[in-house]
Amino acid sequence: MSEEKGATAHTEAPPSPKAPKRREEREEVVIRFAGDSGDGMQLAGMQFTNETAVAGTDVATLPDFPAEIRAPAGTLFGVSGFQLNFSSHEIFTPGDNPDVLVMMNPAALKVNLKDLKAGGIIIADTAEFTEPNLRKAGYETNPLEDGSLDKYQVFPVDITTMTLRAMEGLNLSQKVATRCKNFYALGLTSWLFTRPIEPTIRWIQNRFKKDPELVEANLRALKTGYFFGETAEMFAVQYEVKPARLAPGKYRNITGNTATALGFLAAAERAGLPLFLGSYPITPASDILHEMANYKHFNVYTFQAEDEIAAVGAAVGAAYGGCIGITATSGPGLLLKQETINLALMTELPLIIADIQRAGPSTGMPTKTEQADLLMAIYGRSSDSPVVVMAPATPGDCFYMAFEAVRIALKYMVPVIFVSDTFLANGAEPWKIPKVSELPRIETEFRTDPRGFQPYLRDPETLSRPWVRPGTPGLEHRIGGLEKEDITGNVSYDPANHEKMVRLRAEKVARVAMDIPLTEVRGDSSGKLLVIGWGGTYGAILEAVERLRAQGKSIAHVHLRYLSPLPADLKNIIPLFEKVLVPELNMGQLVKIIRAEYLVDAKGINKIQGQPFRVSELMEKMQEFLEDS
Amino acid sequence: MSEVTIPDAKLTRKDFTSDQEVRWCPGCGDYSILAQMQKILPELDIPRENLVFVSGIGCASRFPYYMNTYGFHTIHGRAPAIATGLKVSRPDLHVWVVTGDGDGLSIGGNHLIHALRRNVVIKILLFNNRIYGLTKGQYSPTSELFKVTKSTPYGSVDYPINPIEIALGAEATFVARTIDVDVKHQQEILKRAHEHKGSAFVEILQNCNVYNDLAWESVTDRNTKADNTLVLEHRKPLIFGKNRDKGIRLRRDMTPEVVTLGGEIDQSELLVHDETKPGMGHILSRLGAHFPTPIGIFRAVKRMTFDQGTHVQMDNAKKKLGPGNLEAMLNRGDTWVVE
Repeated sequence: MSEEKGATAHTEAPPSPKAPKRREEREEVVIRFAGDSGDGMQLAGMQFTNETAVAGTDVATLPDFPAEIRAPAGTLFGVSGFQLNFSSHEIFTPGDNPDVLVMMNPAALKVNLKDLKAGGIIIADTAEFTEPNLRKAGYETNPLEDGSLDKYQVFPVDITTMTLRAMEGLNLSQKVATRCKNFYALGLTSWLFTRPIEPTIRWIQNRFKKDPELVEANLRALKTGYFFGETAEMFAVQYEVKPARLAPGKYRNITGNTATALGFLAAAERAGLPLFLGSYPITPASDILHEMANYKHFNVYTFQAEDEIAAVGAAVGAAYGGCIGITATSGPGLLLKQETINLALMTELPLIIADIQRAGPSTGMPTKTEQADLLMAIYGRSSDSPVVVMAPATPGDCFYMAFEAVRIALKYMVPVIFVSDTFLANGAEPWKIPKVSELPRIETEFRTDPRGFQPYLRDPETLSRPWVRPGTPGLEHRIGGLEKEDITGNVSYDPANHEKMVRLRAEKVARVAMDIPLTEVRGDSSGKLLVIGWGGTYGAILEAVERLRAQGKSIAHVHLRYLSPLPADLKNIIPLFEKVLVPELNMGQLVKIIRAEYLVDAKGINKIQGQPFRVSELMEKMQEFLEDS
Repeated sequence: MSEVTIPDAKLTRKDFTSDQEVRWCPGCGDYSILAQMQKILPELDIPRENLVFVSGIGCASRFPYYMNTYGFHTIHGRAPAIATGLKVSRPDLHVWVVTGDGDGLSIGGNHLIHALRRNVVIKILLFNNRIYGLTKGQYSPTSELFKVTKSTPYGSVDYPINPIEIALGAEATFVARTIDVDVKHQQEILKRAHEHKGSAFVEILQNCNVYNDLAWESVTDRNTKADNTLVLEHRKPLIFGKNRDKGIRLRRDMTPEVVTLGGEIDQSELLVHDETKPGMGHILSRLGAHFPTPIGIFRAVKRMTFDQGTHVQMDNAKKKLGPGNLEAMLNRGDTWVVE
């Protein structure tokens, strides 16, 4: 492509292709973008996701990046990747193995090549395959030239140089101009898979609206990449993925964290109460704080506290004052909040804690996924201190479970821990937007009548105590963390009273089990193997079970969204199967509970790598288990 | 939310006394503080239901149980954080925090600092008895160096913290000190703390007669207190002493010195206190061992409060964007329709 063409392509009609391009239909494509952590691969992936979602396919994503913001360029540990699976049928996972790698440097190729499907496509930025970069990635010779990639379709494209050429005439430093190359790669990939680039154009125009030069630069990069695909002879085939037949309705693309924030907001609106989010920045939960900080025109307070404890403390203070008090964090933060959660439990105030789990312990791997906080959420406080624990299954489900967490906290005057994970938080999927009128109202009542008022006189059905806003005349009273006398709420050291209160608090949580949906069994209602999962492993387990069922295996799937209390009907379902298997991204936590609660010899499938399950590995383990029995 | 109802009859001290039996040790300085609070509240003309006392853990933190107002006895050190969430979301309430030297300066030091720098409109009373009372006598962050206690049989080797300096350093807009047994002064300071539009920090020198008796003897003993106490008065020269014949003057190198009035030195040479002057509080809080202990208001300045800032931003957002529309928020960004 000549310089002139590169620089002006964005304003002219696309040049007509030199050779007619063939179009091939594909049912499902998995693409992985990867480059340095400063290369903008997460953005390219998110934008491609949006393009294909708007084009009507189903889509699921797996962002996978290091904790370093700008890791040293060209290093293996600095590689940031974004995988997405898009399909003309309903899909549940981001895919096991990519069909396409879009690789911005040798390190990215080195890290990701092992996952590429046989015969897969590699698009590589040749400008970055320099001697020093090859060495940093551990290549002795250039893989793009030494024949080692012969079994793949390789498209070597000088992305960096062509991006820079497209910038000519703009007043940009080389550094800034080079940064636009992610949009070049996106444009090219969008062309190759016939995705519409209009949503990305709109995004660029909006994102950089304060700097027209950057709008122009990024648009040029995007369109130059797109038109290169159309023009260059090396691309003989263009792929198409038809829209999926999703349930009718209006859709948007949503990540788990955005859905969580919207779920909390929706619950506050349906409860007609102000919402107070106290939070301290922590990966991967910060996006909830960022999102909700934009809700100021609703009655939403966001408070960036001095630490995790203050964050939940302020939420408890707000709940005491009559707000919906919420705190969002990850495992290390939940650990710090537990004492304050017990205060909310003891004073029987509504409190919602969102724990977006990451790989631990300690700082662990902050940007990687894991499900190892379950036991901490259920049991990890001093003394007998049951709270309600629930977990969303998909990014879109985060909305409904966040809403549900608020409903239950308010109705039962109890802390609710909403346990999400990195995979759900950052992953995206098309989400059917609910109508506000379809969302249930959350009825709450503040006690105002002084007649017969007692701070711990309980509702006979829910066992919740009255919620009293300070400022209510005639109801002045004191609460606190010391043990309370039943009904009066006065400080009490009476032995029998203490046992009664511990049991009452437990009974209150147990009664939530009567207020949650029946358990859905996917597959036969009885048989050989029941697979019980929870949280973000939903898609992978479902897919694995469905495929084994298609092979005629006797297997069914239950996915728990309520972990404490467990659904009341689970005790009737488990005995209908010969064996129980519990896949988890931890050393085996739910499986311990299932064994303890139901006296069944349940076994686990456990993976602790900071990565989600692959469908293939689950199938393999399930298969082994089926054969063993 | 901000409507104020004027009580029909004037409230009295008794109206602020709860039905709970006070469980502090006989002779504890906390009794006096409780009494002064119950005395001044009726004078403030606040509906009782709009008062909330929030506390942490420790002897001082039992305070809310004895007040017939709303009260929240929380967890160790966290009262300022809990009070922040309450006050920001409920600007109509008057929120007092009661804490101690262990609760507020040791486990809760972080929250104290941040509540003060944010200027949340909460009134923090720090009962300083220089000892852990409720856990039976360990040294505290304000205990003097080499303090021998149960946990430090060979004497403590950590240097004590200066509560007033902490508050000043945290950019508190109101910083004061008073004494449990000095009832008039205490009442005056509590009222000023209430009137201040911002966070207020009041250190109350309080005697623990069981584990650290007479810790403040020099400023409470009838015979010595006049010579050992410097009562700060706004725009008045710093004079003290039984005979009001001693004063504080600044040397050329800005270090303070005690001088005797009369003879060559008259009042015009003395340092004049000013609650609003930057630096004044720091000089006074660091006078050191050979000086009297200042009591009164070290600093009282105006600054935007956290509560105001938060609400102004929310109001502006409502003006600019209109009241929040959930339907629109759910449908934000690129959407598409599946038929």
